[in-house]
Amino acid sequence: MAEIPILELRNVGKTYAQNGRPIEALRGANLSVKKGEFVCLIGASGCGKSTLLRLAAGFEAPTAGESSMWGMPITGPGPSRGMVFQDYGLFPWLTVRDNVRFGPKSRGRGWREINETAERFIELVGLQNFADVYPHQLSGGMKQRVAIARVLANDAEIVLMDEPFGALDAMTRERLQDELVEIWSRTGLTVLFVTHAIEEAIFLADRVVVMSPGPGRIDSEYVIDLKRPRDIASGEFNDWRRLLASKLHSHHARKAG
Amino acid sequence: MLAPSTENTAAQERPAAMPLPVRRSFGEGTWSRLRPVLLAMAFPLLLLALWHFATAGRPASLIPPPHDVWLELQDLAFGGINDDAYSRTLHIHLLASMSRVYGGFALALIVALPLGMLIGRVPLIRQSVDPTIQILRPIPVTAWLPLSMIIFGLGPRSAFFLVFLGAFFPVLVNTIFGVRSVEPRLFEAASMLGCTGSAQFFRVVLPAALPSIFTGMRLGLGFAWVVIVVGEMTGVQTGLGAIIMEARQLSRTEIVIAGMIVIGAFGFLSDQLVMLIGRRWLAWSPTHG
Repeated sequence: MAEIPILELRNVGKTYAQNGRPIEALRGANLSVKKGEFVCLIGASGCGKSTLLRLAAGFEAPTAGESSMWGMPITGPGPSRGMVFQDYGLFPWLTVRDNVRFGPKSRGRGWREINETAERFIELVGLQNFADVYPHQLSGGMKQRVAIARVLANDAEIVLMDEPFGALDAMTRERLQDELVEIWSRTGLTVLFVTHAIEEAIFLADRVVVMSPGPGRIDSEYVIDLKRPRDIASGEFNDWRRLLASKLHSHHARKAG
Repeated sequence: MLAPSTENTAAQERPAAMPLPVRRSFGEGTWSRLRPVLLAMAFPLLLLALWHFATAGRPASLIPPPHDVWLELQDLAFGGINDDAYSRTLHIHLLASMSRVYGGFALALIVALPLGMLIGRVPLIRQSVDPTIQILRPIPVTAWLPLSMIIFGLGPRSAFFLVFLGAFFPVLVNTIFGVRSVEPRLFEAASMLGCTGSAQFFRVVLPAALPSIFTGMRLGLGFAWVVIVVGEMTGVQTGLGAIIMEARQLSRTEIVIAGMIVIGAFGFLSDQLVMLIGRRWLAWSPTHG
């Protein structure tokens, strides 16, 4: 028998009711993520990529199909699937350290283990000098580091990231991309990463899943076989960029026409 | 390494709330510290001057000049000037009023905080209690005076009830608002970190609502001071409100004004105390800390 995927969505669909009218956000999506894989979901706005991620997280239940983790149905959010939001979702009343401690504390770990874990992951994201600072005193990039440390400290097996670097300036975004790849390769993490930036997807992913709108569905998948660390100025990188860009543009054209 | 180095991180992503120290010359520093104090003093001094020139040296004036009020304040506090029934009684009245203000306020907290949390978080309770509260809320405390005297009788219990009423609604309304307006994202964050069900109430709802609850407490305590005069129109013998009403009947307007000044001063001090506590509690909040 084949290896059980860490995350599997089988034929999932999601229809919302909006002002009494049904809106189909996602139709017949199949996605399977293997342990240790870095998968990017890419697509124009309205293609259902964030909906797909929220179904995987368990924040919402699919209206069709089924979602499972290690073969067990996903019934709600849980620590094994850590989420990193674009707007950070940090607890403003907790310091950086206490934000990172939040998960282990919720799960009733001993205080010693809680403290050691927190220190380790705060150091991993390079915030040891800011451990006692409140979120409103941090820059966007630093807040997102805290959000990443928070899910890693909570033993997340798969990290779901919803355009996590979308609100950051270009310099900070590039550095966080580098660091994320570094963390991923060192810890054997699994990442499902939603983005609308083609370059970001090619730089990060083992596999890019392209989605298309109206209703949202999975269009095509590409295995990015570029060697890491990846050089965004290389010819092969550009070939990928051109391929994915033409793919996404065809969606726009279709939608407009 | 993941973060290239901490210095690098700090240099490129300097946190917003750590301004660089700016060196000022001595004179400039003193001036910038003195300026707000001087500005705050200028207006009341102007008012005082106006009051003085409008009343001093006019025997027919119904309003006593500032100097008379100042003497009366001293007599109320320490005696030795008029030596009448009011001399050296200030501490008695002040204590009586303060016990009603803080007692009524404390009772309002005991009732309004849990009730507000229930109304805010439990739809059944909100639907059954909230409409009634919205109708009771606009009724002024003064309007409750007769009913309160019938129910609680003449005396301190009525005063206590009216002060409670004044503090109750601001605390209640702000508590409801606070626990209802928690960012949905924070519930998602908590639940994906393993904090679910009733644990979310204590670890997410309460801390998130704290700034609103605090605003309600500050307003409530302010109102408790505002309604103390009405509260003490219920036939109590002591209290700042009581002597103000009594002095009015005796045309001792200098006592009325002295009482007003004492209420203003202690209301201000008690608000400052609450603010001090708030700055401790809410150091994390960009709008409070």
